[in-house]
Amino acid sequence: MTSLGSYLHRHPRLRLAGLLSAPLLWLVVAYLGALAVLLVSAFWTVNGFTGGVVRQFSLANFRTILSEEVYRAVTLRSLGVAAAVTVICIVLAVPMAFFMAKVASARSRHWLVIAILTPLWASYLVKAYAWRILLANGGPVDTLLGGPGNGPGYGLFATVLVLSYLWLPYMILPIYAGLERLPDSLLEASADLGARAGRTFRAVVVPILIPSTFAGSIFTFSLSLGDYITVQIVGGKTQLIGNLVYANIGAANNLPFAAAIATIPVLIMVIYLVAVRRSGALEEL
Amino acid sequence: MTLSAPARWALRVFMGFGLTFIYVPLLLVLVNSFNGDRTFAWPPHDWTTRWWAAAWDNDGARQALLTSIRAGLGATAIALVLGTMVAFAVQRFAFFGRDTVSLLIVLPIALPGIVTGIALDSAWRSVMGDLGVSKGMFSVIVGHATFCVVTVYNNVLARLRRTGTNLEDASADLGASPLQTFRYVTFPLIRSALLAGGLLAFALSFDEIIVTTFTAGPGVTTLPIWIFNNLFRPNQAPVVNVVAAVLIVLSVIPVWLAQRLAGPEAGASRT
Repeated sequence: MTSLGSYLHRHPRLRLAGLLSAPLLWLVVAYLGALAVLLVSAFWTVNGFTGGVVRQFSLANFRTILSEEVYRAVTLRSLGVAAAVTVICIVLAVPMAFFMAKVASARSRHWLVIAILTPLWASYLVKAYAWRILLANGGPVDTLLGGPGNGPGYGLFATVLVLSYLWLPYMILPIYAGLERLPDSLLEASADLGARAGRTFRAVVVPILIPSTFAGSIFTFSLSLGDYITVQIVGGKTQLIGNLVYANIGAANNLPFAAAIATIPVLIMVIYLVAVRRSGALEEL
Repeated sequence: MTLSAPARWALRVFMGFGLTFIYVPLLLVLVNSFNGDRTFAWPPHDWTTRWWAAAWDNDGARQALLTSIRAGLGATAIALVLGTMVAFAVQRFAFFGRDTVSLLIVLPIALPGIVTGIALDSAWRSVMGDLGVSKGMFSVIVGHATFCVVTVYNNVLARLRRTGTNLEDASADLGASPLQTFRYVTFPLIRSALLAGGLLAFALSFDEIIVTTFTAGPGVTTLPIWIFNNLFRPNQAPVVNVVAAVLIVLSVIPVWLAQRLAGPEAGASRT
């Protein structure tokens, strides 16, 4: 063992190969391989009579997606939900993270981080379920607003609200981490040079916030774009891309068509990742 | 920047509202688990602990919990090994394609879960099925491990960046073999990062439902799947409520552990 260790120590290339081989094999075979199968099967079709998959190249799925209005409507709705959730999370997260990083005392900062982290560990389903109870007809929100039917109930609004609730910590934490790295002395220097709070915020704080916010938005955007569970729990009749994929895999048993629909969020996320990559967002994840 | 006193107060109040927004729904589930009404009339009329007893005796929930723990342990073990290896490769070596490697690791959590899920599902149906490997616990662990690698990777990478290689160099200068250096210097340095990363990986796996739905074979029911299956059954509502309450209470433990092990930055990324 010792001689092997020394041998490896003298040959860094060999060490690198040893370190990389297993993880890359896993990610390339298990993950990229699966994605490749997904993309290939998007070009297959299902035999209408037997229900069997026809492994033959065809553009039929994509032609359907592009020509039928419902797919465009669902894609736009999903994009709108993902964008709305991201904006709501940013609006809520920036003041909270700023307070945590720059206003609160070191002691309470520690506790605030714990307070933000803890619900991150509570189950996703439990949180969505909590909102199902809250928003139920005649539930606490209705009662608060003066009786059954006065609250928003289940639907598109509830979906956006609950998704924002679920992903808020994913936005707070990277912004907080970014702000924490910003030295207080920079803020003081800006003030000493005569800048008021607003000017300092624009010129010093915002440039720090941009990559962190993009990092957070990758989660809020991507998680909202692919969600179908929250939609089923509080969305009422709302349909997002995730629901279409799920319905085609389950009830319709049309895996190729589900795969074709799933290429829509992949395409959107790849464009999104490439767009935010230059801001340094990926290093902040 | 010097904030005026009103601005500080405004931020403080906003923080208070934010925390209220985060915690009220969770508290509601806790309260509701003691609600005596089967139909959850609001506000509750009477209080009971019998649902807690019923949940304790619920075989389905208990089996699902065990399945979740098994899947979580399997995925965490794989993620610990693979994530640590990549973190060392990326931090200690400069090589062509290093950025691509780190992007590849982030990809499984950057793409929507349903994409990862359906990709694994179609791979299993089209390739693994033909090879005679059917879906079951194994496919669940493969799916979970794929997106858990990033949590270990992030934690170990951050630790390696902070510690540098001085201590290892010193150890080698003093005549330690590479194995001894790893055992007595490197491993103790990264141990708490491994624990924090492993904890996050376990939690991520424990909570995962979308990928699980697509990769679980018949008979593999994790706790989130069990909850989801019973969510819309009026009969089961009280038991689901108790299981949910238990999960909220339990979520304090990993945070407490992570805080002790690695400081507040332990969970700074999703993951």
